[in-house]
Amino acid sequence: MDAMVKEQTIRSVPSEGFRPSKVVAKDVDVYYGDKHAIKSLSIDIPERSVTAFIGPSGCGKSTFLRCLNRMNDTIASARVTGRIAIEGQDIYDTSLDVVQLRARVGMVFQKPNPFPKSIFENVAYGPRIHGLATSKADLEAIVIASLKKAGLYEEVKDRLGDSGTGLSGGQQQRLCIARAIAVSPEVILMDEPCSALDPIATAKIEELIDELRENYTIVIVTHSMQQAARVSQKTAFFHLGILVEEGPTDLIFTNPKERRTQDYITGRFG
Amino acid sequence: MSDHTVAAYDNELKELAGSIAEMGGIAERLLVDSVTALVRIDTSLAQTVIVGDIRLDGVQRRVETDVVNIIARRQPMGQDLRELVAALRVSSDLERIGDMAKNIAKRVVAIDGHYHPKRLALGVEHIAELALEQLKAVIDAYTDKDVDTAISVRARDNEIDAMYTSLFRELLTYMMEDPRNITFCTHLLFCAKNIERIGDHVTNIAENVHFLVTGEQPADDRPKHDESSLTPVDFGART
Amino acid sequence: MTDAVATSTRAVDFSSEAARRHVRQRYRAEARFRLYGIGAILFAATALVVLVGDIVIKSIPAFTISELTLEVEASAEAINPDGSTDPAVIARGDFVKPIREALLARFPGAADNRRQRQQLYGLLSSDAAVALRREIVADPALIGQKLTVPVLISDDADLFYKGYVTGTETDPGRGIASPSATTGDITILSSANDFSDELVAVKRALAAEARALRGERDRLRELAVGNTADLAAMTERLAATAAGAADRATLEGQVAKLTSDRDSLASTIAGYSARITDLEARYDSAGAVETLGADQPSLLVEINGGVVKATEVGNDRISGTVLIPLRSADAAAPGTWNALLLDRPEAARKVSDQEVAWLESLENEGLVSTGFNWLFFTNGDSREAELAGILGALVGTAYTMLVTLVICLPVGVAAAIYLEEFAPKNRWTEMIEVNINNLAAVPSIVFGLLGLAVFLNFFGLPRSSPLVGGLVLALLVLPTIIIAARAALKAVPPSIREGALGVGASQQQAVFHHVLPLAMPGVLTGTIIGMAHALGETAPLLLIGMIAFIVDVPHGVTEAATVLPVQIFLWSDLPEIGFQAKTSAAIIVLLCFLFLMNGLAITLRKRFERRW
Repeated sequence: MDAMVKEQTIRSVPSEGFRPSKVVAKDVDVYYGDKHAIKSLSIDIPERSVTAFIGPSGCGKSTFLRCLNRMNDTIASARVTGRIAIEGQDIYDTSLDVVQLRARVGMVFQKPNPFPKSIFENVAYGPRIHGLATSKADLEAIVIASLKKAGLYEEVKDRLGDSGTGLSGGQQQRLCIARAIAVSPEVILMDEPCSALDPIATAKIEELIDELRENYTIVIVTHSMQQAARVSQKTAFFHLGILVEEGPTDLIFTNPKERRTQDYITGRFG
Repeated sequence: MSDHTVAAYDNELKELAGSIAEMGGIAERLLVDSVTALVRIDTSLAQTVIVGDIRLDGVQRRVETDVVNIIARRQPMGQDLRELVAALRVSSDLERIGDMAKNIAKRVVAIDGHYHPKRLALGVEHIAELALEQLKAVIDAYTDKDVDTAISVRARDNEIDAMYTSLFRELLTYMMEDPRNITFCTHLLFCAKNIERIGDHVTNIAENVHFLVTGEQPADDRPKHDESSLTPVDFGART
Repeated sequence: MTDAVATSTRAVDFSSEAARRHVRQRYRAEARFRLYGIGAILFAATALVVLVGDIVIKSIPAFTISELTLEVEASAEAINPDGSTDPAVIARGDFVKPIREALLARFPGAADNRRQRQQLYGLLSSDAAVALRREIVADPALIGQKLTVPVLISDDADLFYKGYVTGTETDPGRGIASPSATTGDITILSSANDFSDELVAVKRALAAEARALRGERDRLRELAVGNTADLAAMTERLAATAAGAADRATLEGQVAKLTSDRDSLASTIAGYSARITDLEARYDSAGAVETLGADQPSLLVEINGGVVKATEVGNDRISGTVLIPLRSADAAAPGTWNALLLDRPEAARKVSDQEVAWLESLENEGLVSTGFNWLFFTNGDSREAELAGILGALVGTAYTMLVTLVICLPVGVAAAIYLEEFAPKNRWTEMIEVNINNLAAVPSIVFGLLGLAVFLNFFGLPRSSPLVGGLVLALLVLPTIIIAARAALKAVPPSIREGALGVGASQQQAVFHHVLPLAMPGVLTGTIIGMAHALGETAPLLLIGMIAFIVDVPHGVTEAATVLPVQIFLWSDLPEIGFQAKTSAAIIVLLCFLFLMNGLAITLRKRFERRW
């Protein structure tokens, strides 16, 4: 039995206990000019779960994350090859509207970046431009629901007209999450969402992620292995643009198969 | 395996390994001394064993504290995590082994003054030798992270169990032969049981070594050949 | 892992002499730098204060104007000889005549002499009747009645009242003055030496003249010396040259010229010497009566309601011509008569003594009032200095700025947005960027030529209109706005952009909803700079015809107009002193306009400023 386990290919762990895949990436390569940033990457992201990308700085995890909602398009020298499909539909297909994709795949950034508008406006902006609300009351309902889902409503319900930038760091990040949720995405991408926050705010966000994963597919890039261990069901370890190992989170952190993974999670890198 | 980036982490793990090794040495010593004391009914040696066990307990408490501290501070993952969990369990097993040896030593004190023909204790001596071999082997396996040795130690435990079963029958026979043996043989029975349990603790340690290295428990059930509980006792033979 | 920590760290000794010296040097350097900074600021501030102060002081005369208040009979025969009831006909009546008659009534002495009458009427502005006309046209029933109306006076008269024509010094008479007659040439005798000051002033003027002459004569004497030497040399050469030689004729000609020079010099010197002797003799003679000519300061005596101009002055007497007839030849008590000294000689000013007498008389009767010159702001340009105003230029500037703003702000911002956000980064866009930067440095007159060739000649737009001016200035200002707007857009942090894109906004939505509002302060700053630049531009506007003399206030962007800088340029060329003051006043108005525009833009910028 041990021998059997050892002989399995390391790359693809059969979806033991994983939900069906929401996002499937196959042989994805990303180039920044001449620099080969992501090398032949294939991974499945299961739906309504949290998948964590871990790895040292510059390993390509943020780059790959940004491929999932085509934010790399904004960088002139970026070139993406391969196939990334959400529910079977190739998102790099020329007939696909990038703007609609970004409404289906939301993003939360490392440094909270609320718009310099009111709290209400921050959350209402997305639904408004996508025409998701038919009336003012409808829009209000969407905003309040998003704020509630993001766990921020109780704290700001009396001051929805105040500027979004006047909130604390943790509140701002939750506002950004509310903003992302407001357009009813299917996938939420989070690029180190807690790295700029204090432990209490971090804990609140992790709790939020736990609640959100019942309804959304979440992909989170994090520097903190403990956070990845706490929050995700599936973890993928990146190194120098290559996906080294992926699998169920508890296995990766108690008994990883690859030496590089082991070295990274035990702090033996460098 | 390369070193941790933080050197202090490596030092702490080294220190921990040293403590376990220390415990292993003490446990071996205690086992040897307790059986020697039993065979010779040497009460002063028995006293040293009892005192030695207290020291062993002290080291075990230190190991526990160290492990908890390392977990809190270093948030170990993967291999390191398994090492610490294994260290915790192994120290507990070694401490129990010390307790077993102490129990044997206490019985020496109890036996002292009673009728104790030496030839009756030979079986116990024999089983103790085997147990000691196992203990030595498993401690080396732990230090060297040698899974194969651990597996063979684990497999060999059935020998101790078989030996205990036959010793059980032997001592019963002695007791049925001569009622003056009953006191001594009863004590010997308990001592034999203690040694058999030492063997079980050694098996635990072996399984922990396997877990530490491979990350999994050994697949098959541990061999259990202690059929003493199935031994029929025929009381009708006495006339 | 790290091996550098083990090396010994040499502790820095901060108390050693070397260290202390370093600290002192550093303090000194910092103090020096602070001094340089303060010095630079002081220099700039002083220059600014001096310049602005100079302009302000020069402009003060333009802001006040003097008016006469006359009782005028609005006679029907002048205004409405046909008895018409049509307002248009009435408005065309001769309103100047009644005013002239009123003035003449005050100074009947001028009635007989035509030249004097013309002089008297010359005290009035060409637009003197505007108030009268306004009243009559509003209420034609007033025709035939006596009305008290304000009357505008000429620019020279106005300047006299402001003290710019000549300085006046009034000495009340100390003694009893006895005039010999009431008209014609009379003598006034005073019981005290009332005229000694004036006499002294005259003598001083004589001495100064003599000094000047002496200097001139000495200079000429030196020339004569040189001339003599040249003549001697030339004569020698002539003598040395044989007869019939080629250059003999030239030499003879030169000798002749030098000889004639010598003679003219000699005669001039002699003439100067004579005059000097004469002046000195007059200066030295004490107590004698001095003649006051047109080259000396004028002395007027106001006595018994009349004015006498002194032609001869002694310590206690004057003889002169009566400019305004006296009421009587009775003796005047001390304090009831004045001696008025005008320090600028009559020959050196545009207002004659007769006119001064009339003006002084009017002022003494309290008919002159000086008030704020609202005409400056309500009139268009004019040939008459007292009537010229900046309203036309102001409106023209406003229209031009409006056209400029309406064109260059949207176009500039749109171009900046496109270049910054949407344009692909290739060689073409780089070239465009370089060229925009170059355009910002092109001399403004080139844009004027462009406007002339394209807008006026090719498109046939109306010449000298704010439309064309605005177009030309818009082209001028466009590069500045594009550059400033691009910088402002670049300064918006990319996190805002990414946040918008992440929520599913298109590039266009992200730019217009989020980036542009945050870049607004920078854009507005660029606009302020550009518009301020355009406000002061004269050269390109001259080329498109705005140098014309425009009197009317324009009512639309296609009517001919002028702008403030051009108006200033035109006025600064005119010689009248009134126009000089108006030039400075217009500069001040331009500066105020600029401050207003800047203030508005700064307010807008503050309102749009948002913290991110």
